[in-house]
Amino acid sequence: MTRDRRYPDEPAGPFEPPPITVEDREGREIELRAHRGDPDEREALVDMYVAFDPADRAQGIPPSGESRIRSWLDAILAEECLNVLAWHDEGVVGHATLVPDRDAYELAIFVLQAYQGAGIGTQLIQALLGHGEREGVEKVWLTVERWNRRAVGLYEKIGFETCGSESFELEMALRLADAPER
Amino acid sequence: MKLLLGVGGTDDSIEALRKTVARVERTGHALTVAIVDDPGSDRDRDAVEGIVREILAEADADAEVRHVEGDPGARLVELAESEAFDEIALGGGEKSPMGKIRIGTVQEFVLLNAHTTVSLVR
Repeated sequence: MTRDRRYPDEPAGPFEPPPITVEDREGREIELRAHRGDPDEREALVDMYVAFDPADRAQGIPPSGESRIRSWLDAILAEECLNVLAWHDEGVVGHATLVPDRDAYELAIFVLQAYQGAGIGTQLIQALLGHGEREGVEKVWLTVERWNRRAVGLYEKIGFETCGSESFELEMALRLADAPER
Repeated sequence: MKLLLGVGGTDDSIEALRKTVARVERTGHALTVAIVDDPGSDRDRDAVEGIVREILAEADADAEVRHVEGDPGARLVELAESEAFDEIALGGGEKSPMGKIRIGTVQEFVLLNAHTTVSLVR
């Protein structure tokens, strides 16, 4: 796609990189960790998407059915992509990903239904952006369905700005700062 | 039944042509392929026409190919109504690197404005 995208002048963040342990609003201990290709972790992620409610699908993803889920994950868990998983009780309950797109990265996030509304999404995106900062990512964009106000509000709170709304979906963009010295 | 397929040259519109050609072979519908200027496409009209004719020839399909100038959504809707087409078919949307389906401006305009059935081919 050849759309020109406007990124904010001011960088957002800095964001704390994973691993991070947080307590969600339901009192559950959630561990946020970068995924680096471990096969057991990948199976746990497949399990999350197999259990995922199709009502929360966004623009066709995640797909339904295990074989489609696996081939979709092959693409977004590739080496050049950045992924952070949210864990609770040995299971994956959330997943955020940055997929390269020319000089930028496309972001998406999914949280299992039983874990929504507990603040995990915000923490998970921030951890992913911290991971991205650490890996030298500068520009991040995403699309969200216009009517999904809860998601739009979350992205705005983190620092995303709307940069295109010519279609059913809204396009939002964010700039990351250079990785801080740690 | 008369079917109008808009092809602007994006990958999803080319895929829609292949699937629609297979569909009319089964159903016997009369197919008109309208080549339009899609702002989201990197291919020019001549390149698009070349691809369209090749796909039609490969399938040995009988279809009319037309160039439709001007705003693609508006002109497709107008053409469908003035020439009594029963359905407008378009590409099903491009995919982002993540795999998200992205509906273009032409598809959105046609969906909201056409009085015929509209198909997004997937």
